[in-house]
Amino acid sequence: MYNNLFSEQSIQDLLSALPGLPTALWETFYVTVLSTALALVIGLPLGVLLVTGEKDGVLPLPAWLMHTLNVVINLLRSIPFLILMIMVLPLSRAIIGTAVGTTATVVPLVAAAFPFVARLVESSLRELDGNIIEAAQSMGATPSQIIWKVMIPESVPSLIQNVTIALTTILGYSAMSGIIGGGGLGKIAIDYGYYRYKYLVMIVAVIVLILLVQLFQSLGTYLAKRSDKRLK
Amino acid sequence: MIELKNVSKTFDSGTGEVDALRNVSLTIQDGDIYGIIGMSGAGKSTLVRCINLLERPTDGEVIVNGEHLDTMSPARLRAARRDITMIFQHFNLLMQRTCLKNICFPMEISGVKKADAEKKARELLELVGLPDKADAYPSQLSGGQKQRIAIARALATNPKVLLCDEATSALDPKTTRQILELIKDINAKLGITVVIITHQMSVVKEVCHHVAILDEGCVAEEGLVAAVFAAPKSPAGRRLVFPGGVDTMVSDPASERRVRLIFRDSRTTAIPLIARLAAEENIFCNVISASTQKLSEEVYGSMLIGIPSAQYDRAIKFISTVANVTAQEVSGNVQ
Repeated sequence: MYNNLFSEQSIQDLLSALPGLPTALWETFYVTVLSTALALVIGLPLGVLLVTGEKDGVLPLPAWLMHTLNVVINLLRSIPFLILMIMVLPLSRAIIGTAVGTTATVVPLVAAAFPFVARLVESSLRELDGNIIEAAQSMGATPSQIIWKVMIPESVPSLIQNVTIALTTILGYSAMSGIIGGGGLGKIAIDYGYYRYKYLVMIVAVIVLILLVQLFQSLGTYLAKRSDKRLK
Repeated sequence: MIELKNVSKTFDSGTGEVDALRNVSLTIQDGDIYGIIGMSGAGKSTLVRCINLLERPTDGEVIVNGEHLDTMSPARLRAARRDITMIFQHFNLLMQRTCLKNICFPMEISGVKKADAEKKARELLELVGLPDKADAYPSQLSGGQKQRIAIARALATNPKVLLCDEATSALDPKTTRQILELIKDINAKLGITVVIITHQMSVVKEVCHHVAILDEGCVAEEGLVAAVFAAPKSPAGRRLVFPGGVDTMVSDPASERRVRLIFRDSRTTAIPLIARLAAEENIFCNVISASTQKLSEEVYGSMLIGIPSAQYDRAIKFISTVANVTAQEVSGNVQ
């Protein structure tokens, strides 16, 4: 399969595909960042509720509600992304107006990512020392003050780390969305590599994806470290 | 005034019910420094958390400054807690906020204007002796400095009561003394009632006026520090004040009876009592252990002696003629 990777024909193919790369890179970037942001909008409050809603949490919720929440999140997380993508086609049609195209892939990506983000937020908040919350309670803080002024600000470094994990995971998912007509680097890799046997183009697309992951991860680690006042 | 009336707290652990507090009744007067001492597991931390209702008592009443905390709505309770603040063993500062912002926190959540809060916070930094740490983060401070910031934070809402939950247990002896000095100072300057929870005798001796000894969820005894520590009446009190319990083992209970003598104030500690027993009464006592301690500016002596059984009554009669010395027989293995 990789015998004639650098043949004249391969190089020619690569050169003809190159002009499409910047657009694909932009599409991947925009779909990933938009999906992560939307997943965060849904996942952050859910993650907070998973922690605060417990029996001895800051804002206890009825046991049946917590149970349902946990089951739904686990359920969504158990469906493989490839299948979830197909299952939410009607939802994409209802929200975006179409089920194909780059923007339409945001819907399955968010559906797959928000339960994941909720669990990541949950684990970030659980790292917090319970004594700090007790101290805030002893000062007369309300549950919402504890959430917004104590739990979330104190967890920022960990939250940034975990959002970075979410970002890179969603980037991986977005590459799969080429199958339902989403654009981006994943589509280029599949189109050229799988359908047309032009492996050099596929490899270049993958290298760009790798660089993007590196960039996201380095940026995330840098921001997490910079925001953490415990380290200095 | 803080009044606890018949407070009980039962925890439902997986294996059964645990009584952390049993029928505890205490009254703490305004402006007092009140110590609550006990071994680990005696219920001290639960008791102090009942005062600001971080723990809700299973039974009993909690009345602070005339108000029943146990029947308050959550919103009123939160407002009441601004008058009853707390410091902790591990300081519990917000690690992602500067010291100044930490001290501002209680004012921020009670709706004080930012500029006013910062002004007050700077005054408090001055009071606790760390005016240059406003922009430092807690991770940059030593344990003693962190506790000073925590004290400043606890004073931000002008409380009437300061609860100290093992506040010096994580600090070295020198820093402990400095923090206790600061607490004493605050009590004197601002008239704040201070409740100190500790397992360290030295802490109570150094700053408290009154003390309660907590044992297995009950108040074993209570009173002025000098009175309780000079002559503890309860077994739990004796275990705390005369730890070890080995000194009684060195005498022979078959031939002598053991007596604990308590000498009050420095004049009596100057009386050569044992020598006089020998010279004047011809009774030769066996000194098993002896010590002196300073409690609230007064010196107390405590001595465990063995008196030959045959001469016991005569010896006790002689001792009773000496002013400010009390004798108490010690039986069995109990001190």
